Amino acid sequence: MANNAEDIENNMPNEQESSTSPEPTQAPQDQGVSGPRSRGSAAGAGGNGSGPEQNGQPPAAHPARVVEREEDEDEELTLKYGAKHVIMLFVPVTLCMVVVVATIKSVSFYTKNDGQRLIYTPFPEDTDTVAQRALNSILNATIMITVIIVMTLVLVLLYKYRCYKVIQGWLFLSSLLLLFFFSYIYLQEVLKTYNLAMDYFTLAIIIWNFGVVGMICIHWKGPLRLQQAYLIMISALMALVFIKYLPEWTAWLILAVISVYDLLAVLCPKGPLRILVETAQERNEPIFPALIYSSTMVWLVNMADTDQPSRNSSEAASPQQENQETPVASPPPSSPSQDDGGFTPSWVSQQEHRLGPLQSTEETRREVQEMPSARPPVEDDEEERGVKLGLGDFIFYSMLVGKASATASGDWNTTLACFVAILIGLCLTLLLLAIFKKALPALPISIFFGLVFYFATDNLVRPFMDKLALHQFYI
Amino acid sequence: MTAAVFFGCTFIAFGPAISLFVFTIAREPLRVIFLIAGAFFWLVSLLLSSLVWFISVQISNKESVAQQKGLLIFGVVLSVLLQEAFRFAYYKLLKKANEGLLALSQEETMPISIRQLAYVSGLGFGFMSGAFSVVNILADSVGPGTVGIHGDSQHYFLSSAFMTMAIILLHMFWGVVFFDACEKRQWLAVAAVVITHLVVSCLTFQNPNYFGSLIPTYIILFIMGTWAFYAAGGSLRNLKLCLTCKDKDFLLANHRPR
Repeated sequence: MANNAEDIENNMPNEQESSTSPEPTQAPQDQGVSGPRSRGSAAGAGGNGSGPEQNGQPPAAHPARVVEREEDEDEELTLKYGAKHVIMLFVPVTLCMVVVVATIKSVSFYTKNDGQRLIYTPFPEDTDTVAQRALNSILNATIMITVIIVMTLVLVLLYKYRCYKVIQGWLFLSSLLLLFFFSYIYLQEVLKTYNLAMDYFTLAIIIWNFGVVGMICIHWKGPLRLQQAYLIMISALMALVFIKYLPEWTAWLILAVISVYDLLAVLCPKGPLRILVETAQERNEPIFPALIYSSTMVWLVNMADTDQPSRNSSEAASPQQENQETPVASPPPSSPSQDDGGFTPSWVSQQEHRLGPLQSTEETRREVQEMPSARPPVEDDEEERGVKLGLGDFIFYSMLVGKASATASGDWNTTLACFVAILIGLCLTLLLLAIFKKALPALPISIFFGLVFYFATDNLVRPFMDKLALHQFYI
Repeated sequence: MTAAVFFGCTFIAFGPAISLFVFTIAREPLRVIFLIAGAFFWLVSLLLSSLVWFISVQISNKESVAQQKGLLIFGVVLSVLLQEAFRFAYYKLLKKANEGLLALSQEETMPISIRQLAYVSGLGFGFMSGAFSVVNILADSVGPGTVGIHGDSQHYFLSSAFMTMAIILLHMFWGVVFFDACEKRQWLAVAAVVITHLVVSCLTFQNPNYFGSLIPTYIILFIMGTWAFYAAGGSLRNLKLCLTCKDKDFLLANHRPR
């Protein structure tokens, strides 16, 4: 059982890292189209924002002028909507970190060293010499990274050879484990900390309901906020597990190495995650919908379910599930911003001349959208393209901040510094995404800043601030 | 100690700042981003000044108390100067970003004006400065203990909270005045900001003589407040219109009748 748990623990980050948002079929066509369109979609609602404005314009009558005007409008709207997306990611990341830090500070279970380790980190860190400890942590990190690389490759191979059932079963099992087993342990420890008594019947009912609703929300349909809340909760649980079971130096090393790996895997031409993204692009399919946090969505899940006879529409329908929002960075690659630009009906009708090949799918889409069903009004769509971030990002960010609050002697100052550093890293990543408009890893910049600020604050700022507080000097 | 002191001091220290954030900044994503960037810049300045202080402590005589205190004072002065330098750097960065965007878009107005940026960045500096000064103290105040049992001042927590509130608001005012002075190239005003910051920090050297540090700090706070008010374009007439709810522009912007 322990093995299984750990297995899945490791699978989770792998999957989450490799989860990407699907590429739209427009990507190849977008190459030919000039900047504004992709820039519009890069900012997400940038495209949307210019959508309504372009409603009144003649379609491609004077392409150069239209393009220019779009560019200017896009720039302004890019800034506004880009900022909105950044905030849409700041809030869940902050919430996840707050949950992790609050748990670390109150529930001592996650900071206690029971001597238990994961099978992936077999070397102990309580050794006699510093050199031995360093060696052990390097070995641990190597093993862990190798496992992650192997898992990612297996995943890519499975995806490439269309073994979707295997992947889905794997994801299903891992989220099952997280939602039931780990949350049971969490609840148990919280009750122990606050010395509350709860009988097994109540516990069973609570865990059962929590788990089942979570599985439904994550793997099927559910209210958007609830799904987001569940994704944040399972990220926090996963981060807590890592904080508990990874020894200190190993954890920092793993964070550093995994951000380097993320960078290589996403940007190198032969990187597994890049292959994954490109394969998904070719097939025009969503990837692992359960492992990406998205800020708007849900109602399009309806469309994935409708039984469209034509292959085109079903393919278009399933990307809709994920692609209604502009994917932004994901820990592993995110969807390039070129995607998804034409998925809203108004946008699509305006861009028809550009999206020639997609005519059939647009029609079926509009058709389906006209079907009555309980879903949010279309206006949401025009105003917001959502953003997506893979759950692996959440996990590693929260792990960094949680580790900082657990082990730093500078206490809250270090935690705050890491928190601000990670948010700024995320902001920069999103800015780069808006500039480069291709899949970018979200881990490297944030983790780099986080690590730098952790070590700098803990070793340099803490003694300074302590002395100042002692004398009550203020800077 | 315990909960009452904790909540009381927290709200004293952060109350005005948090309400400013909630009512004026939280709804605008751009402002939030620039707030956090401002906090980041303050953090970097603190890092650099701590680095210098740390190095100087390592090469100094650790036994001599007077030398350590001297080094600490040097650290404080250096930190203040670095903070203001980073404020200037942030100003330059924002100007560049603003200009770049203005050049690219044909629009006349930017989504965020330099005055709003001044306010937001000042508050960002203030938040981070206040947080770093007081959060550990607040965390300690939750637990059991007796304040000043060894003969130190019994008002440690309360004075820390009031000082923090003053510092946060001061940073905000300094931000507004600083940016405005840079815009108008009034270097004397910039120097005044730096000097008042130094004065406020140096006043705290008198702690625990709180009369000597808190009262002048609050006087400086009020002076900077009125200066910032006028620098941001306020006037007695504006104030009167605002308070009697007759300011048409504001009402229009908030969709209220009258």
